[in-house]
Amino acid sequence: MIKAIIIDDEPLAREVVKEYLQSFPDVQVLQECNDGFEGLKAIQQHQPDILFLDIQMPKINGFEMLELVEELPAVIFTTAFEEHAIRAFEVNAIDYLLKPFSKDRFEKALQKWLNSRSAATATTAAAPQQTAQLLETASASMPTQSNRIVVKINGKIKIIPVQDVHYLEAADDYVKIITQEGAFLKNKTMAFFEQTLDPQQFARVHRSYMLNVNQVTRIEPYEKENHLAILRTGAKVPVSKNGYPRLKAALGL
Amino acid sequence: MVVTTYIAVLVYGVLLIQWFHLSPATAWVDSAVHILLLSAKVSMITQNLAYYRPARGKYIFVLSYSTVLSAIWLAITYWLLKYIFPHDKAYIEWLNAAVPVHFIVAWLVITAMAVKALVWYDIAEQREEGQRREASERLSREAELYKLRQQLQPHFLFNSLNSINALIAIRPQQAREMVLKLSDFLRGTLKREDQQWIPLPEELQYLQWYLDIEKVRFGHRLSTEVTSTPESEVLQMPPMLLQPVVENAIKFGLYDTTDAITITIKAWQQDDMLFVQVQNPYDSALQQPNRGTGFGLSSIRRRLYLLFARHDLLETSSDQLIFTTLIKVPQTYDKSHNN
Repeated sequence: MIKAIIIDDEPLAREVVKEYLQSFPDVQVLQECNDGFEGLKAIQQHQPDILFLDIQMPKINGFEMLELVEELPAVIFTTAFEEHAIRAFEVNAIDYLLKPFSKDRFEKALQKWLNSRSAATATTAAAPQQTAQLLETASASMPTQSNRIVVKINGKIKIIPVQDVHYLEAADDYVKIITQEGAFLKNKTMAFFEQTLDPQQFARVHRSYMLNVNQVTRIEPYEKENHLAILRTGAKVPVSKNGYPRLKAALGL
Repeated sequence: MVVTTYIAVLVYGVLLIQWFHLSPATAWVDSAVHILLLSAKVSMITQNLAYYRPARGKYIFVLSYSTVLSAIWLAITYWLLKYIFPHDKAYIEWLNAAVPVHFIVAWLVITAMAVKALVWYDIAEQREEGQRREASERLSREAELYKLRQQLQPHFLFNSLNSINALIAIRPQQAREMVLKLSDFLRGTLKREDQQWIPLPEELQYLQWYLDIEKVRFGHRLSTEVTSTPESEVLQMPPMLLQPVVENAIKFGLYDTTDAITITIKAWQQDDMLFVQVQNPYDSALQQPNRGTGFGLSSIRRRLYLLFARHDLLETSSDQLIFTTLIKVPQTYDKSHNN
């Protein structure tokens, strides 16, 4: 049996997917979700093999939801987004279906995935990796991504507006996001944030640090060739030799 | 220019004969030499200004230029007249005495004409720039409107078609209703492109189609209330003004919250104006400060300004849960055309 979850905020859009899935008795829809919050819960609960996922949804969009999923299942996007917007990550997509899509088109997408899945056991790991790649490219092309960061804390989703972020600190496989309300962890790399955050507002001042330039009150020399940025909160963020010109550029100095 | 020069030669000649008692022959030659050369200098400086006006310090430029020209003019006329009348001692003496007066008069004339030309060219340039700005504004306005329509259509249209696709299998009758509503809505969009004013009930009907389609898409999550007072039904408004407001309301209402929402639209008459209020629930925590006037609202504000030259016709307010948009439409249309 193949476990599937449908996530779309339009009930009728979910109906189409369910109807088309009737030709695939192996595929069982375990749950239908109205938004990313429900979707995330359902994914944790059921550990599905495949998601049918809309992009534009309430509160958090499809990409933001996937960022919070630890074990990525295979994903088929169903969206009304214009083709050119989606072309950016076309190469990495398992598949995407432009609404409205035909039954043939749907079956082709699903069959492609089913074939690759049964063809080799080695490629089963390829699907989540593909999805992860897709996410990296997609988040860079989604403008809404850059003005907020979605994190998960104690199983709950929290949306942090980027202006509330004081600085980011690398911590092993995670990035620590330091805000007024405390620190949050996100399973991402510094390079990811460097790509998605507005470079006018966030400067990579150190291999392990990125800071919100609006929070900086002063910069002090520190040891030889290094500096310390003092934030409004009093926090001290190390600035490396390479990071210093970047900070100055972001501050307009 | 030619006529002015001719008259000036006559007047100056007569003046020289009558006032300074020069012999007519001397007077006419003197007048002709002075005035013709002066006229040449004036046309020279005005022609030059047509092609070259320094961006900074143009008055200083004109003053120094006219001073130089006056000096040249004085030198040429002086030496020329001396050369023509080498033996008329009384005249040469008079010419010597008149040097400062000649210079001052020439300087005043050249400067005055140059400044006049300068001002004239500046005004012409400003007028041209004004026309250009107006033309470019009109173009960008049209482009803006076109963009607005284009933005609305594809996403809405494809999602609606997707809903119809689903309904055909499960509830064919409702699929047919949806097709009809979508057609009415799209026909309304096409029809109203060139209309300046439309009656309020027509605009509300149009919105109702739009909202009905959205209700089918989002099912029980969306409900709407559209009301208007009886006296407001004779009022008119520019088309496509409410559409982006309602779209915003749906966007923030449906995408900021996961609950069921109600969007209310109310229209009434007050102070000879049409008031339309749109309210939607929203999540204040999700919205950044200053986000209240998003793209949709700022373009409405701009359109209201272009139509009525007033900045106070769009108001927005919000408390923790409800976002309110209020549009005021002055009834300035030409009523004779509408009946």
